[in-house]
Amino acid sequence: MTNTEPFDTDQYKISDEPYYEVQGDEVSLYEAAYSARLPVMVKGPTGCGKSRFIEHMAWKLGKPLITVACNEDMTASDLVGRYLLDANGTRWLDGPLTTAARIGAICYLDEIVEARQDTTVVIHPLTDHRRTLPLDKKGELIEAHPDFQLVISYNPGYQSLMKDLKQSTKQRFTGLNFDYPSTKLEVSIIMKEAGIDEDTATKLVKIAHAARHLKGHGLDEGISTRLIVYAATLMNNGIDKKAACRMALVRPITDDADIIDTLDHAIESIFG
Amino acid sequence: MSPVDIQHYRGQLKCNFKQIEECFDDYIKDALRNLSSEGVDKYLDGASKICMIGRGWEPVSIYLEEMPQMVQRLDEAILEVISETVWSMSRTPNGNSIPPLMQCLPEASRRLGSTEQVLNFLAIILKMMEQTTVSIHGHHATIPSPGLPKLLNQTPYLLSQVSLQGLSNWVDYGVRNYGNHPERQKDYFSLQSADSKAMLQRERHGTLYMDHERQLDMYLRSMWQDESYFVPYSLGFDPLTKPVPYYDELGIRIPDVYDDKNGVSGIDRYRLTIAHIAAHRRWTKQLVADNFSPFQRVAIEHLEDSRVECLMLQEYPGLKKQLLAMHPKPIEDDCDSERESCIRHRLAMLSRAILDDQHGYQNEHILNAVRQFQEAVSNAGASTEQMVDIAISFIARTRLQSDQLANMRFENTEVDYRDDNRHMWVFIEENDEAEDFDDKQKMEKEELELDGLPPRHYPEWDYATTSFKPDWVSVYEAVHPSGSTADVDAILDKHAQLAKRLKKLLDLLKPQNYVRQRYQEEGSELDLDVAIRSLIDYKSGAQPDPRINMNHKHDGRDISVMILLDLSESLNDIPDGAEQSILQLSQEAVSLLAWTIEQLGDNYAIAGFHSDTRHNVRYYHIKGYSEKFDDTVKSRISAMQAGFSTRMGSAIRHASHYLEAQKTDKKVMLILTDGEPSDIDVDDDDYLIRDTKKAVDELSSKGMHSYCISLDKKADDYIQDIFGAGGYTVIDNVEKLPEKLPLLFATLTS
Repeated sequence: MTNTEPFDTDQYKISDEPYYEVQGDEVSLYEAAYSARLPVMVKGPTGCGKSRFIEHMAWKLGKPLITVACNEDMTASDLVGRYLLDANGTRWLDGPLTTAARIGAICYLDEIVEARQDTTVVIHPLTDHRRTLPLDKKGELIEAHPDFQLVISYNPGYQSLMKDLKQSTKQRFTGLNFDYPSTKLEVSIIMKEAGIDEDTATKLVKIAHAARHLKGHGLDEGISTRLIVYAATLMNNGIDKKAACRMALVRPITDDADIIDTLDHAIESIFG
Repeated sequence: MSPVDIQHYRGQLKCNFKQIEECFDDYIKDALRNLSSEGVDKYLDGASKICMIGRGWEPVSIYLEEMPQMVQRLDEAILEVISETVWSMSRTPNGNSIPPLMQCLPEASRRLGSTEQVLNFLAIILKMMEQTTVSIHGHHATIPSPGLPKLLNQTPYLLSQVSLQGLSNWVDYGVRNYGNHPERQKDYFSLQSADSKAMLQRERHGTLYMDHERQLDMYLRSMWQDESYFVPYSLGFDPLTKPVPYYDELGIRIPDVYDDKNGVSGIDRYRLTIAHIAAHRRWTKQLVADNFSPFQRVAIEHLEDSRVECLMLQEYPGLKKQLLAMHPKPIEDDCDSERESCIRHRLAMLSRAILDDQHGYQNEHILNAVRQFQEAVSNAGASTEQMVDIAISFIARTRLQSDQLANMRFENTEVDYRDDNRHMWVFIEENDEAEDFDDKQKMEKEELELDGLPPRHYPEWDYATTSFKPDWVSVYEAVHPSGSTADVDAILDKHAQLAKRLKKLLDLLKPQNYVRQRYQEEGSELDLDVAIRSLIDYKSGAQPDPRINMNHKHDGRDISVMILLDLSESLNDIPDGAEQSILQLSQEAVSLLAWTIEQLGDNYAIAGFHSDTRHNVRYYHIKGYSEKFDDTVKSRISAMQAGFSTRMGSAIRHASHYLEAQKTDKKVMLILTDGEPSDIDVDDDDYLIRDTKKAVDELSSKGMHSYCISLDKKADDYIQDIFGAGGYTVIDNVEKLPEKLPLLFATLTS
């Protein structure tokens, strides 16, 4: 019982170039990993451009990209596929991982630690020399398409201590470390992404830096590049600069009155 | 006014002191200018009344002199209020306080601003007087209040520091704590004792450092990427030297309170001070002081201050508004160089001119220096050395003979967010002044005192004021001395039978955590995933799995325990009919309990405490969370000794900060005690009980549980108040303690 209808792989293709500013040698490293079809793990704080990087690479390599946002309630069948009931009895539906393995897509499991550990184990046979995916319920063994590659993202640190990857999972991946871009780079990213002038972008980055220094002193995570872009977007829509910063940069990241006060003061003194 | 009129008024005033006679003309003229004719009548009546109390001419003359002014500020009703108050005070033994009262009134009325407030103020004073006027034989109030004159002398200062409510709290505190101790009461109300200063500090208006410590820490860290300690100093008690902010390797010294000033809020003033200091730390290089004359140094400091501010503004332009508001604006020709030294004035002008584009100064030297400065700074922020050049040439060009005068002009030159710049200078040549010798000796002494852990200070709850007494108790922590390991092993051997029974019980203990059990034929809920799979198997003709339910059950334990032992003197008692002292029984009980918990694999610590007044609460570390129940711990248990009293609240607070740090779901503090909280420096039985209750409440608000095992048969009177219903057990038969304690623990945590 395989899928009878012709599969539209184009829907997973990325047509326009996603904007991505190269931070270091990550592009060439990724390309090397892809050419050997090695699984890749990208690590880094939230909103620093991990997902954007993968999109960009999928576009650059011209491969389809299937993204799965992982969560606690996800089971192995959510990844692999399951039988569904219909009028004629049952019908098998491939899960995203199976689809990717069949069509030769890059399968991107976002925030993999959010999934339960027993779920993550199903990716093991795909990530070593076997490159196969057994569908036990269906009695099928899928050989992965030669273009197939598995990528996971992973945000160490801020989540609870309980959520960590097993060593046996970790050791199946090559790793790329991401961090917030350097000041200069971040300014140019924000200018391009949000279409804002350099002076304002520099000031926004300065506020973000102030908050990043509070990480571990009451803040779980600093202000991410994504939030700065939000702030800049609000400003483009005619919102007062300080109000935009308070709304996009401060209120989302903390409920701590002291931190709010400190960051509001930073905004006040940077935007004058 | 004709002499006849004056004579008429003089007739109304029934008072015949010679000193009054001399000045009456002036008094009455002043009164007529400020008061209505009715008011003048009241005024003279009031003065006559004060004259009658028989306290000499002074109170009358103050009344006559000051009242017209006070009435102008307030209203005429105040005339009668004051005379009535003075009259009623004269009916008590506190006549000696009338002159100080009269003296402080003008200033107080100026501060308070309305008749109503003055009435409130007088009410506070009269209440205090009543409470502190004591009698010896219990019949009449006969001894004047020792603190009242002191309080009145301090009043102007107090009102400049605290609101009326604050004053009332401060006075109440003094009355309650030192009401029965005349000498200490005097110390308190004359602001001599540390206590009195600390309490006043708490009631101060303005932005207190202690309320914003975390915020300022964050400010330094986030905006300046700097880490240093803040050390607050008090401005209140050192009016002559006026300490200014500074920093050295021990930390940044800042005032403990800032009032709002020139429209800049207290917290923003703190931030400015910190920003200025942080800017120095970032951009200032040290210079050799010996190379410059004192004037040159002052000028260099000013220019360097301006330079770091300039750089700071490039980074944070929003601070400019506040800097302009806080920086003094000296008026150009304000300083008379014939009579006073204008050097500070000149430099303050220069500094203002650099900061403020709209300065409007004409002095060509200043304009010149500003130009030089801006040229230098526009080039990558310049350096400290470039400031030296500008400063030296500025000083050389503007030098006047009168700069040497001792009469230095300070007005309008002090920039209060700037530090004293001591960090800028290194001194190569050591001076050989006699003070150095003292310094060295002092240093050695201080180092010696640092032996052992410094005390930790905890507040204590005062139920009478419903407030905490700040840093009231000093807790000294030490590792418990060790004894012989064999004792504890012997105890365990002795109770081998009991241990066996316990072991059986422990095996039956229900674990604590909640987990999901899937694949159950019978269960509390349908497991949808499995159910659908079974249905599909069934429909496709395969054998369906009947285990489609799921269940929840408990599994695993995640508990941290803190065992806190009361080691007070009463433990040495041997209870009726028993052979061992309570201490020995406790040792046995604790050994068995430790063994039990060890069997369960829970995370636990053991500590003991006793106290000898609030200045010396001893907290003994017997077993830490990371230690095993091994020989070291056993030897500490066997060396347990009893002595002193039971200040339980502080011990609980100290123990709780260890327990709080544990990363488990459940946190339990077990307190083993043989009596109520008490200490020799506390007379009020309820006081420590209420404080302990507060400490227990703090525990539960932080998500920790407390449980008390009391060996005091009379504990029922108070223990429920402290630990709440179900938060305690009283063990009547102390001999059973070793057996009961582990069982109790097992039931508590199952």
